[in-house]
Amino acid sequence: MLVAKNISKRFGGVIALNNVNLELHPGKVNAIIGENGAGKSTLMKIFSGVHTQYEGEISFKGKVVKFKSTNEAETAGIAIIHQELNLVPHLSIAENIFLGRELTNAVGMVKVKAMNDITAKLLLRLNLNISPETKIVALKVGQQQLVEIAKALHTNAEVIIMDEPTSAISDKEVDNLYEIIDQLKKENKTIVYISHKLKELFAIADRYIVLRDGATIESGNFSEVSQDELIHKMTGRKFNLEKRVSELSVYQPLLSINNLSLKHSLFKSKNILKNISFSLYKGEVLGIYGLMGAGRTELMECIFGLHPKLSTGNISINSQVIAIKKPVDAINAGIALVPEDRKLDGLILNQSIKSNISITALDKILNFGFLLSGAKENKLADNYIAQLGIKCGSSDVPAKTLSGGNQQKIVLAKWLVTNPKILLLDEPTRGIDINAKAEIYKVIKQLASEGMGIIVVSSELPEILTVSDRVVVLAEGELTATLPISEATESSILKHAIQKN
Amino acid sequence: MTNSLVTYKKTLSQFQSLIALVVLCIVLSILSDKFFTANNGLNVLRQVAVNICIATGMTLVVLTAGIDLSVGSVLALCGAVTAGLLKNGIAIQQADCFIGFTLLGAILVGTIIGSFLGWFNGFTITKFNVPPFVATLAMLTIARGATMLYTKGHPISNLGESFAFIGTGWLFGIPIPVYIATVVVLLAVFLTQKTKIGRYIYAIGGNEQAAKLSGINIKKVKVTVYAMAGALAAIGGIIVTSRLDSAQPNAGISYELDAIAAVVIGGASLSGGRGTVWGTVMGAIIIGVLNNGLVLLNVSPFWQQVVKGAVILLAVIIDKAGENKE
Repeated sequence: MLVAKNISKRFGGVIALNNVNLELHPGKVNAIIGENGAGKSTLMKIFSGVHTQYEGEISFKGKVVKFKSTNEAETAGIAIIHQELNLVPHLSIAENIFLGRELTNAVGMVKVKAMNDITAKLLLRLNLNISPETKIVALKVGQQQLVEIAKALHTNAEVIIMDEPTSAISDKEVDNLYEIIDQLKKENKTIVYISHKLKELFAIADRYIVLRDGATIESGNFSEVSQDELIHKMTGRKFNLEKRVSELSVYQPLLSINNLSLKHSLFKSKNILKNISFSLYKGEVLGIYGLMGAGRTELMECIFGLHPKLSTGNISINSQVIAIKKPVDAINAGIALVPEDRKLDGLILNQSIKSNISITALDKILNFGFLLSGAKENKLADNYIAQLGIKCGSSDVPAKTLSGGNQQKIVLAKWLVTNPKILLLDEPTRGIDINAKAEIYKVIKQLASEGMGIIVVSSELPEILTVSDRVVVLAEGELTATLPISEATESSILKHAIQKN
Repeated sequence: MTNSLVTYKKTLSQFQSLIALVVLCIVLSILSDKFFTANNGLNVLRQVAVNICIATGMTLVVLTAGIDLSVGSVLALCGAVTAGLLKNGIAIQQADCFIGFTLLGAILVGTIIGSFLGWFNGFTITKFNVPPFVATLAMLTIARGATMLYTKGHPISNLGESFAFIGTGWLFGIPIPVYIATVVVLLAVFLTQKTKIGRYIYAIGGNEQAAKLSGINIKKVKVTVYAMAGALAAIGGIIVTSRLDSAQPNAGISYELDAIAAVVIGGASLSGGRGTVWGTVMGAIIIGVLNNGLVLLNVSPFWQQVVKGAVILLAVIIDKAGENKE
């Protein structure tokens, strides 16, 4: 059905895909598996016409194709159902399915009845017993997903790509989804299924294609492979890692998390985090690893007081239970969070480097207790610019003019200004170059040796193994393992990150 | 780009509105010999003083990525209450009790009511997540209705000479409203440039999510800002009432639009985080000079509106063009 030959894709200097070869079989569920960053989403974006620049060749139904837009891919018969669904909430199901290709009569009026009738038939095929005029907002996530599938069926898609389709739906909805996938198989559709949940894949998928570091490793049938073998194929790389030798001799608990749970904001019965308990010691770097959707970021957000209404459990610092209801409580307790998305959550991009750095600690640059001092602010900013090696002409330039690595250092600086005892780093090196990465690792180690407790959340195994003294592994909202660095390897971590049951 | 060039360009953009004002003045001086006189200059300043007060408050609100449509009505209500208290005081017949107000007392109560109405705007916006446009639109109607109720639809006039001095008096050859506006502007410049809350205002407008994660109490800052905008509208109302020696129930209609125009011409971004009080002052003076110049040139009032609209548009287009070049 769809054959990819020698597909390569670069982003700047980073190779995302390196000579990928694969074949998707019609009437089968083709599972694409690999750890975070293996290249799955990049590949899917090429198939669905999002990325149009790549090397290699894709042939679809025997013909070489090169999609210039998502629309072209859709017309050709490739539909993708994203994890975040792409429906217009306040339009009806029918209006969404016909969005951009409305049926009209001779004078250009929309044929509402005809569209509703066609939609009703599509919904019937998917066991979805609701009116085509229902607005999307009134649907559950699982139902919305089915609407996306209906949309794909309507465009006569032959290849339907599903990205983590079960991440936000209930077990009952999962069963229904499986039934529909079976039905689609019988109609000889090609299903591409992306998921981290091996259990699920063994239940629904026929063929596997393993991606590792942007290359295809192996493909085959699920009936001929075991879970452990698959995990091995996903991680099998030989990596020369310089592991950190843990220097901790005295274990003084600095931060203790007890029975922390977090409810889903929409489905109150669903928990994003379930009874998480762990401790962070003084001078320790604790790595937290989890696959997509494991709840890594949410855990950091809970500690920092961003979900006061949905989370339960308690947090203590130096054995004292502390109520953290909002970020300022966390800051006052000596916690700092360098968020995952520095542009969205970390920086005020249009403002100067110095005002970004000083914003968390304006009290330190006051004269007479109320007057902001430009001189003190410059001194403070210049101090951190030098300490962290931020490359910039002056601290007056807007933060947006800097490279990713330097921007990350500004976010780090703005938190170091508060003299935290506990530093939470969420994906501290995401999207930055190798040199800047190494510098940030150096800073992390330096800060830990000065006695700070540091949590590094990362989706990159090599990073976790490089910086951590201990590794905590999360899988689907549960803490599945705490490994001392001496026992942590890529495969031991990944084994715990993939929920088997 | 070298550093000195960046600084140079930044300085240039800061003075953009000042340059525009100077050019405008030169053109008008050539076209009309009545324009460039001390008397006319002071006249313009006295006329724009009210808009400067309101627009300064509007600047603070706009910097947080908000908007306040209620300032015109709040101005009318506070002006009316001040006038009413000054003239009639409060009489409670059942208790056979009368409370009279001194000049200062009446002004104080008027200003407090203004800041309360502003606080209420901020409260609905932060507590119930009502979009600022809607919350202040509601207040626009409520405050106007309250003004009508309080005045029963009639002007409250003859408020005494000492009150009239605020709007019509002169000191050392300069009109009193100009002093008031100057104090307001200096305080606002100080607040935005030199205090913590000033930084927080810019941070919230620049990136609210990042500001929240930095531990800034967003709600508190926003409520404060709306309360200040309300208080400044009240001060504007007191000046207007005093100048006319009469509180008009329909005073201040569409003043919010002049204030927003001044903010925008002054280079602030309605999406927040960018702009200065100084720029707004320039914007307000540009509008005032334009009004004045067009009158002196005998341009029909209908054309005056067209020209004013065109200037607003032009200012924003120039500003956006500069932004895109970055």
